[in-house]
Amino acid sequence: MKLSDSRVIAAPRDEVWAALLSADVLKDCVPGCQEMTGSPEDGFEAVVVQKVGPVKATFKGGVTLSDMVEPESLHLSGEGKGGAAGFAKGGADVKLEEVPEGTKLIYDVEAKVGGKLAQLGSRIIDGFAKKMADQFFERFQQTVEGPGEEDSADGEAETDEADGEGEKKGWLKRTFSS
Amino acid sequence: MPKDGGIGASSKRREDVRFLTGDGNYTDDINVNGQTYAWFVRSDVAHGTINGIDTSAAEAMDGVLKVFTSADFESAGGIPCGWQVTDRHGQPMQEPKHPILAEGKVRHVGDPVACVVAETLEQARDAAEAVELDIDELEPVLDMKAALADGAPKVHDELTSNLCYDWGFVEENKEAVDEAIKSAAHVVTLELTNNRLVANPMEPRVAVADYNRATGDYTLYTTSQNPHVIRLLMGAFVLSIPEHKLRVVAPDVGGGFGSKIYHYAEEAFVTHASKVVNRPVKWTSTRSEAFISDAHGRDHKTKIELALDENHMFTAVRTDTYANMGAYLSTFAPSIPTWLHGTLMAGNYKTPVVYVNVKAVFTNTTPVDAYRGAGRPEATYQLERVIDKAARELGVDPAELRRKNFIKPEEFPYDTPVAVTYDTGNYHATLDKALEMTDYAGFEKRAEESKARGKLRGYGLAHFIEACGIAPSNLVGQLGARAGLYESASVRVNATGGITVMTGSHSHGQGHETSFAQVVADMIGIDENMIEIEHGDTANTPMGMGTYGSRSIAVGGSAMVRATEKIINKAKKIAAHLMEASESDIELKDGQFSVAGTDKSVAWGDVTLAAYVPHNYPLEEIEPGLEETAFYDPSNFTYPSGAYVCEVEVDPETGKVEVLGFTAADDFGNVINPMIVEGQVHGGVAQGIGQAMLENCVYDENGQLLSASYMDYTMPRADDMPMFDVDHSCQTPCTHNPLGVKGCGEAGAIGSPPAVVNAVIDALHRGGFTNVEHIDMPVTPARVWAAMNS
Repeated sequence: MKLSDSRVIAAPRDEVWAALLSADVLKDCVPGCQEMTGSPEDGFEAVVVQKVGPVKATFKGGVTLSDMVEPESLHLSGEGKGGAAGFAKGGADVKLEEVPEGTKLIYDVEAKVGGKLAQLGSRIIDGFAKKMADQFFERFQQTVEGPGEEDSADGEAETDEADGEGEKKGWLKRTFSS
Repeated sequence: MPKDGGIGASSKRREDVRFLTGDGNYTDDINVNGQTYAWFVRSDVAHGTINGIDTSAAEAMDGVLKVFTSADFESAGGIPCGWQVTDRHGQPMQEPKHPILAEGKVRHVGDPVACVVAETLEQARDAAEAVELDIDELEPVLDMKAALADGAPKVHDELTSNLCYDWGFVEENKEAVDEAIKSAAHVVTLELTNNRLVANPMEPRVAVADYNRATGDYTLYTTSQNPHVIRLLMGAFVLSIPEHKLRVVAPDVGGGFGSKIYHYAEEAFVTHASKVVNRPVKWTSTRSEAFISDAHGRDHKTKIELALDENHMFTAVRTDTYANMGAYLSTFAPSIPTWLHGTLMAGNYKTPVVYVNVKAVFTNTTPVDAYRGAGRPEATYQLERVIDKAARELGVDPAELRRKNFIKPEEFPYDTPVAVTYDTGNYHATLDKALEMTDYAGFEKRAEESKARGKLRGYGLAHFIEACGIAPSNLVGQLGARAGLYESASVRVNATGGITVMTGSHSHGQGHETSFAQVVADMIGIDENMIEIEHGDTANTPMGMGTYGSRSIAVGGSAMVRATEKIINKAKKIAAHLMEASESDIELKDGQFSVAGTDKSVAWGDVTLAAYVPHNYPLEEIEPGLEETAFYDPSNFTYPSGAYVCEVEVDPETGKVEVLGFTAADDFGNVINPMIVEGQVHGGVAQGIGQAMLENCVYDENGQLLSASYMDYTMPRADDMPMFDVDHSCQTPCTHNPLGVKGCGEAGAIGSPPAVVNAVIDALHRGGFTNVEHIDMPVTPARVWAAMNS
């Protein structure tokens, strides 16, 4: 499945770029992320808990960044193995453009699933992937922009595995302002 | 007047008592003391290179006895294929190795890669999650035509391409067919897909193996349609276990439909693993596993051309078919698109020349093999769809077009141009019967009534023929079969006259325990309840080939008749001795032996007792005891045929098709139990309507099976079916088997799909959608709507 979208983030392009390379930011933004370690150079290791239709699983996998053209574009790819639940893998081409309001983040996402996830969840996988991507970039926007500018996205309340919203917004502001 | 016993009586199925009361004994009901549990780790990618399998974490887990990989099967053979097809150029098909556990590569989603054996099912399942597979995904091979393109990725690296074989039949007729088509007054062409199906028996596959260290004996309990075939294939070709050390038991089996014919890797796995861990090992398939590991059915893409002369007589048929084999060759897979398909392409018609080309292709999908009908539904569907199209293009009545091209009743035996000789038949009779049963003449009026309600009514006719009673061994041997296809029976008469018949056939829904007993009862003239039918255990049944291809009554029943004839002949000798008469004067009727022309008689039970208590017995002439075995090898196939009619209503707003009526007028030759025959036709028609309207396998572009649960794979339900109108009064008995029977197990699934689709196309044409020439199965509302709005 494939999807494309864009959103404008009220922050300078360098700041958006730096956030994309931060394990902590990624951890906060990937829906259901339990752990995220590593670096842009070596890649990240992640543990994500997600429920797709009837299948709930803990996915262990890696995220790698490639084709990095600072601060304009990069390719993000990840693969998670969910044991008996199968696997999910995907990639995103991300471009950052400077616009008057800040930075326009444009993404093309491609995702695929296999095993029981495909067997049992195929009818809902397109909607699921869109929701995951929307949630990720919504959170990313909020994380970079900081609290108070926009209400949280519809989807976020559903992802109860994620950390609390308030905590991470505060955390990010402190990180980037220090 | 219905009979109340013996041949022709609708005796109630005695096996249903245990099935309906929960007292059946299925493989999963079998628990062996000390048994362990197997859980397979299966590939969740369609195609990939195995870099490594890390079993260490799994092996350290509680209760785990061992985690197996292909390294544990280095001494074992691959899963064998039972049929070799020779291609157009005289070369044998390409036959890749089919390992028990994947070696080097995974080739379809569901391909078993490793297997955990543990103390409990839960422990095995948990540990399987801890097996780390390192697999590099490769581009999958999915589309059959793309698979044959230059540079396509290969499913099997050791083969030259993904082409299993390129088969031409009858190759010598190719030029004549090309010429006939070139010079024909009319040529009607149709391209169609015979959709891939999952068999979905109610009982998933199960295998329990028990190795006895003290004796070196293996016992395998398995969900099989043919336990002797499994013993032979697994023992001789996979695990090198001689037959006398291997017992295979297929107890009550909850439906097969073809999918339980084959020797599967899981059977060999548990048998071998039981010896390695020195414990019984049980594997029970989940429904999710069944979808990706049971052999699938059908999956042909065909272009068919029918040539007609100016009088609308068929002059030639040419077909071009791509047949999906899946990732490995299942036991009978190569024979389905060839010898069970090409030989039926004459249908019921006098087409003088036929040429069938089949390219069998390997893809990264679950293996494909026989499914109820097996090759014959594919042949019938093409032929009956293209004839329907021809009638429409030529503006003639589809029933009349068929009738004028039928082989006439007086023309049997009839040599077809596709190698087989039909011994008997009367297609005009079944067609007339079906038209009468469905009030063909009154259809226009019914169509008007539907139209008044805003619905489009359609009438679909299909005629079929099938080659059943599989099969003459010398013939199939020439065609590439690696086994004989005779059947066997032992008839053991007990001292007080009761009889146990041990048959090599297997019953998994067919009702043999009832109908086979009726035959023996009828021959001797005793009550059916004096006869017990034993099947399914290699330890107490003679070597037989099992049940598939509508062969049980025609071949297995014939073997039983032959053995019973031997019993009767010997019993007559004993009776002659007891009555001091000449053997040639002894008559057997209603369980009494009498001397012709006298009032002297002895009862069946007196004779059987004398055989086992031989105090007054001609011991110098015959042995005591009364037990005989016979093997029967048919001299030809049997050729059931029939006319099927489907009447539908299409909602032009939504494309939804409702089946209003379904009628089957079959010629099965003689019928042993009419009620069981009706039940078989009902089941077959339900599966055929399922294929035509509901069922379909869908793979995504990565080779993931998307329709792999009952949320997405639509099984027919009661409310999808009309009341069936079934008739088998047109009977031209088979000329070459002792019962005159032809077999009825697959007919319903063979004749019904084209009848349904013909009805839908008819409805659309009547509604003015005259540009719709074809809709591929399943004719879902979405497809019908799209066709109407294209």
